[in-house]
Amino acid sequence: MIPKISKETTLLEKAEELSGEKIFSCHKCGKCSAGCPVGTLMDVRPHQVIELVQANDWNVLESKTIWLCASCFQCATRCPKDVDLTRVMEALRLLVLRENVDHIRISEISKEDLKELPPVALVSNFRKYTG
Amino acid sequence: MKIPYYPGCTLKTTAKPFEDTTKAVSEAVGIELIEMPRWNCCGTVYSLASDDLMHQLAPIRNLIRVQDMGYDRVTTLCSMCYNTLEQANQLVKSDPEKLEKMNSFMDQEEDYTGGVTVVHYLTVLKEMGFDSLPVKNPLKGLTVVPYYGCLLLRPEEISIDNPERPTVMAELLTSLGATVVDYPYKLECCGSYHTVNHKEVVCEKTYHILSSARKRGAEAVVLSCPLCEFNLDFRQKDLEQELAPMPILYFSQLLAISLGLFDALEFDQHYVDPKPLLKEKGLLR
Repeated sequence: MIPKISKETTLLEKAEELSGEKIFSCHKCGKCSAGCPVGTLMDVRPHQVIELVQANDWNVLESKTIWLCASCFQCATRCPKDVDLTRVMEALRLLVLRENVDHIRISEISKEDLKELPPVALVSNFRKYTG
Repeated sequence: MKIPYYPGCTLKTTAKPFEDTTKAVSEAVGIELIEMPRWNCCGTVYSLASDDLMHQLAPIRNLIRVQDMGYDRVTTLCSMCYNTLEQANQLVKSDPEKLEKMNSFMDQEEDYTGGVTVVHYLTVLKEMGFDSLPVKNPLKGLTVVPYYGCLLLRPEEISIDNPERPTVMAELLTSLGATVVDYPYKLECCGSYHTVNHKEVVCEKTYHILSSARKRGAEAVVLSCPLCEFNLDFRQKDLEQELAPMPILYFSQLLAISLGLFDALEFDQHYVDPKPLLKEKGLLR
């Protein structure tokens, strides 16, 4: 999905504005990908997300990666260049969510799951997956 | 010592045993928890976007209520509440312009002055000194691992301990008489809110974390987050791999056992029943 905002600005500019991070500070050491707890499940590895944003490639918004990132802050803690990738991932999710494209259909959650899941799971999921 | 207590949604529902045992422990060790008369959802996750002040209102509103109570500290049990409240707190403390904007938006409350600190309950206990705990029923013969997960330790600015080499829970459990072993997954994310619609992610994490703990000889995993508890406990029923059931306990439950506060214990809300293990070790009355 390429958001409407792409007509007004570049991905790099928008991602830097929303995240407050200097994305070209990254020197591609790969520590973020090495330590990511869900890195092996991702289609685009965390350090590659940075590369795609640097290259202004809006297709990064189609990746599974931006939704798999659960904001655990492991990459942010370990980055030797102080690039907080957790914030960059949030910025990329928001570029999609702010077009009113949610990443979960709440009506599809089963009654059994709704009964069993703790409130904190549901609220955090909806906060991250809906606009 | 008196300190306001912010419960949060899950401590009143699926994590009730966490709250009940903490209340009993607090009474026994002389911590007077004053439950906030009015509180709202913390937001559960801290908003990371620089232009999003709307989602910072909920945590800051809670801190205004603490300020109204006349206190400068508030304690929480849930790792997610701790993280969200304190990150929002640090944001407004370091950015007076954002604080001013939020204060002028919240026109029914007093202005927040930035004078409150959010303290996790483990820190409150540590300040008192783990050695001062009146242990009556030491956890002898019980081998456990602490599981910190993400939000007690990251980002670094709000960490309750060294974010890469935390020891606070191990120190607590050792002082209660348990044997604590180390393993490489104590900081690893459990998959968090993916448990709602990507169970497979949480199952993968649960398997790695628990099988590693088991290999190191752990008989139970001890933690402080109601979402981690649900994931590591209830997702054991969805695992594809074979794994002997691993009991998951809140640190406060082991505290209650070691202080002999048996009436506060309730294990009905666990998926893997910890009672057989605790009985085998002679730790339950």
